[in-house]
Amino acid sequence: MLKYLIEKEFKQFFRNKFLPRVVLALPLFATLIFPLVANFDVKSINLSIVDNDKSTYSNQLINKVTSSGYFKISDVSTSYKDALKSVELLKSDVILEIPHKFEAGLIREGEGSVMIAANTVNGMKGGLGSAYLSSIVADYNNMIRTNLLELNGAATKHSFEIVPLFKFNPGLIYQVYMIPAIMIMILGLVCGFLPALNIVSEKESGTIEQINVTPVSKLMFILAKLIPYWIVGFVVLTIGFLSAWMFYGFLPAGSFVTLYLFASIFVLAISGFGLVVSNYAATIQQSIFMIFFFVMLFIFMSGLYTPIASMPDWAQQFSNFSPIKYIISVFRQVYLKGSSITDLTTQLFALLGFAVFFNGWAVFSYRKKN
Amino acid sequence: MVSLEVERGEIFGIIGPDGAGKTTLFRILTTLILADNGTVEIEGKDVVKEYKEIRKEIGYMPGRFSLYQDLTVEENLNIFAKVFNTSIEENYSLIEDIYKQIEPFKNRRAGQLSGGMKQKLALSCALIHKPTVLFLDEPTTGVDPVSRKELWEMLKRLKEQNITILVSTPFMDEASMCDRIALMEHGRFLQVDTPEHITGQFSHDLWAIRSDNMSVLLSDLRAMRSVRTCFAFGESHHVTFRNNVSDIVNLEKLLKSKGHSSVLIEQTKASVEDCFMDLTYKF
Repeated sequence: MLKYLIEKEFKQFFRNKFLPRVVLALPLFATLIFPLVANFDVKSINLSIVDNDKSTYSNQLINKVTSSGYFKISDVSTSYKDALKSVELLKSDVILEIPHKFEAGLIREGEGSVMIAANTVNGMKGGLGSAYLSSIVADYNNMIRTNLLELNGAATKHSFEIVPLFKFNPGLIYQVYMIPAIMIMILGLVCGFLPALNIVSEKESGTIEQINVTPVSKLMFILAKLIPYWIVGFVVLTIGFLSAWMFYGFLPAGSFVTLYLFASIFVLAISGFGLVVSNYAATIQQSIFMIFFFVMLFIFMSGLYTPIASMPDWAQQFSNFSPIKYIISVFRQVYLKGSSITDLTTQLFALLGFAVFFNGWAVFSYRKKN
Repeated sequence: MVSLEVERGEIFGIIGPDGAGKTTLFRILTTLILADNGTVEIEGKDVVKEYKEIRKEIGYMPGRFSLYQDLTVEENLNIFAKVFNTSIEENYSLIEDIYKQIEPFKNRRAGQLSGGMKQKLALSCALIHKPTVLFLDEPTTGVDPVSRKELWEMLKRLKEQNITILVSTPFMDEASMCDRIALMEHGRFLQVDTPEHITGQFSHDLWAIRSDNMSVLLSDLRAMRSVRTCFAFGESHHVTFRNNVSDIVNLEKLLKSKGHSSVLIEQTKASVEDCFMDLTYKF
């Protein structure tokens, strides 16, 4: 009996003009396009330069800044006032002002200062721009200090340099960090919510009544909705893995088995949640808004965009209730660190807990009405 | 509060206006919702405790078309056969009469069928597992007169197969097609009997009256003290009088004096609708 119900589900799925295309296109486009557009590495910051010194040193500094690759000189002004005007016209993002007698000060008094001013309307660009610029200036500072000291023949002063070692993501590449999380988002959308919406649409069209008077049990009916979308979910995930590999050469450091295992538990948990929604919603409209509400919360609290550690304390507590948080951390750890199941027991139990809780609730709330 | 017993192989009609509670009653009988109180047994099984058994034996056709519109005619029939662990071939003889009319369109999606064809498909799907009791909720609502007539003929043939049929309808004129009927209003039965008995029990002489101005005639008649009830009935008004034998000649004169012309008064036989109106009329 279940076989025929599942067959029916697939027939309806493939007969739908829209769904199969979405299921194929969604993971492909998400893993392909999202990392390209949602990029926090700030490049080509427009820089306005005010060089009041016009000396060798100021020239060296400017060269160093432009050769870093992060900056594009969009404006060269003779005064800070003019430079500010170019910021106001949105031509420049950051101003670097080198004062008069910069070189002379450095050589004679061993001291010099430059001014960095940034437009922080776009906080990300302004903040990162000024940070990059100051680190370049600091670098330059170190360079001339060693040069001058050698010139004076004095013994090298004690100083230390900080060289960070970025483990697991040596290039600090944002995509590497985001792609696993994006896969989860798509997986949750496709196999968490499509079965729920499907059940609500059977409610809306009245077909659920016709099925309810047959010997098809509720469990059977729900399984006939879950299994096809589960299979679809694996297709989605596989497309995500493939496109991450094809377009970005991105393969997990850990094993695919771990990823599929955790994904299958996550799917169970999130579709259990979808079923709960489908029990309470009478129309598709209601269920979409309910799902939207909770998914937004789940995603904001999951650490997908912003690290959980930087959230306020209450939000960190709250984030423990987002199943997406656990699966994202699993995917990132397996992809980047190559973690195995033994490293991920917390996430395993949390996800199993969510699966039991939501599906239990779904069965309970279904029974209550009939 | 309703109480009824339906015999095996009987066509039992539940007749009442919209909102009488027909669909709710059907949903209780078909184990879809629970009644606040009371008991129902179908084929000796309790609808609450043994709902699983009952679901194997009944066929239900809801008032609203509830098949999968994106599946074809044949696929719909097949899925309903399969969930009952049977096949189209096994019970084909039962649905043959109905299904062969839509068989030329078996590869068409159910959503693209006409109203009458949808009806036939829904009936086929409700019958494919050879139910012992068939529930049809308003099968003739929104169906053209020819299809309505066809449907009643199909039900007569199913009755010959010893299938018990419960059918609800808001159309009083369909009462005569049933073996027995229940007149229903506001969630209660007014009367349960054969259509002949119900019309036979009509205790007043019934007169059909018409003139060239029907709406004025209705209010004029209702204003008369001697008139007991007066309802508009298609092309004439059906009237009963307080003292059963009324002076019809005088009535005609009276109406003419009120400006009515071509007045026609004749005695008529009570229909189920007359009985229903009489039963529901609040004196």
